[in-house]
Amino acid sequence: MTEYVVLSAILFTIGAVGVLVRRNAIVVFMCVELMLNACNLALVTFAKQHGNLDGQVAAFFVMVVAAAEVVVGLAIIMTIFRTRRSASVDDASLLKY
Amino acid sequence: MIAFWVLAPLMVIAALGILFVRKPVHAALLLAVVMVSLAVLYLALEAPFLFVVQIIVYTGAILMLFLFVMMMVGVDASDSLVETIRGQRLLAAVGGLALGLVLVIGVAQMALGTAVGLEDANKDGNIQGLANIIFSRYVFAFEVTSALLITAAMGAMVLAHRERLTPKPTQASIAADKVKAYAERGAHLGPLPPPGVFARHNAVDTPALLPDGTPAEVSVSRTLAARGVVRQPPRDVEEHVEQQLEQGGER
Repeated sequence: MTEYVVLSAILFTIGAVGVLVRRNAIVVFMCVELMLNACNLALVTFAKQHGNLDGQVAAFFVMVVAAAEVVVGLAIIMTIFRTRRSASVDDASLLKY
Repeated sequence: MIAFWVLAPLMVIAALGILFVRKPVHAALLLAVVMVSLAVLYLALEAPFLFVVQIIVYTGAILMLFLFVMMMVGVDASDSLVETIRGQRLLAAVGGLALGLVLVIGVAQMALGTAVGLEDANKDGNIQGLANIIFSRYVFAFEVTSALLITAAMGAMVLAHRERLTPKPTQASIAADKVKAYAERGAHLGPLPPPGVFARHNAVDTPALLPDGTPAEVSVSRTLAARGVVRQPPRDVEEHVEQQLEQGGER
């Protein structure tokens, strides 16, 4: 089962690097989804490892929360795009000044 | 186990691709690859319910939502390669590599032992087992989830809603505007002419011909004209016939 957890760690790392590196808000959001998916994989793996279904229930709840989060997050990206005409995370920087 | 060793490299390559592709649409497609592969892994991990939910909710709903937003924001809104913070990419890569190494080495050193397996927990069926837990121990979390989903739907509606700043045009006001344009500029009162209907072309990208043989520009959509895909209408009919006769003579 270790290799599943290793894969989940690798995917999580790639998602984290993506959040840091990419500038397009939509792609940054996709990388967040990738990290959530990696965590789900770990949860499901440990459910099998320990022989009870609690891990799968946790993964299910993560999916539900991710769905809600995507809806609100994409609405925010749309709102920012409407006012700034750009989906770049660098352009929404007015709070700095 | 075979499924794992086939899918794991594929998933890692697709996930790495998300970091490097320029266009967000390609990133979404690569993410779809990762998510579908993950669904297959869930099946291998004895989680058939999550396999279905992963495909329907993640690949079906969430990824489609991403694609819809990309459609509105603009497909070609690609990343700028200019670094806002100097050396950020390098630092992120080094930090990511460090995090990955720590995680992988840490996980590899831990001995998990033999997996218990879910045969016992799944003996009445995976969905029945999950339902037993969700509606007993996790019933409060489940109820709170419904509140969360309603709040999210409301929030998205509030965020995406836009107040109408100008009154909505009615049939009467459109007619009044047309008559006003006719009185002031002599604009045509009727509808715009339809595109040309010819023996060989009758598509919307072929302009109609005016009586003198010149194309009528108002008969094709302005969008097509801006894209530069408007077809040349057939030449003047006489010229066309002459051309045909010439070709026939040559034959």
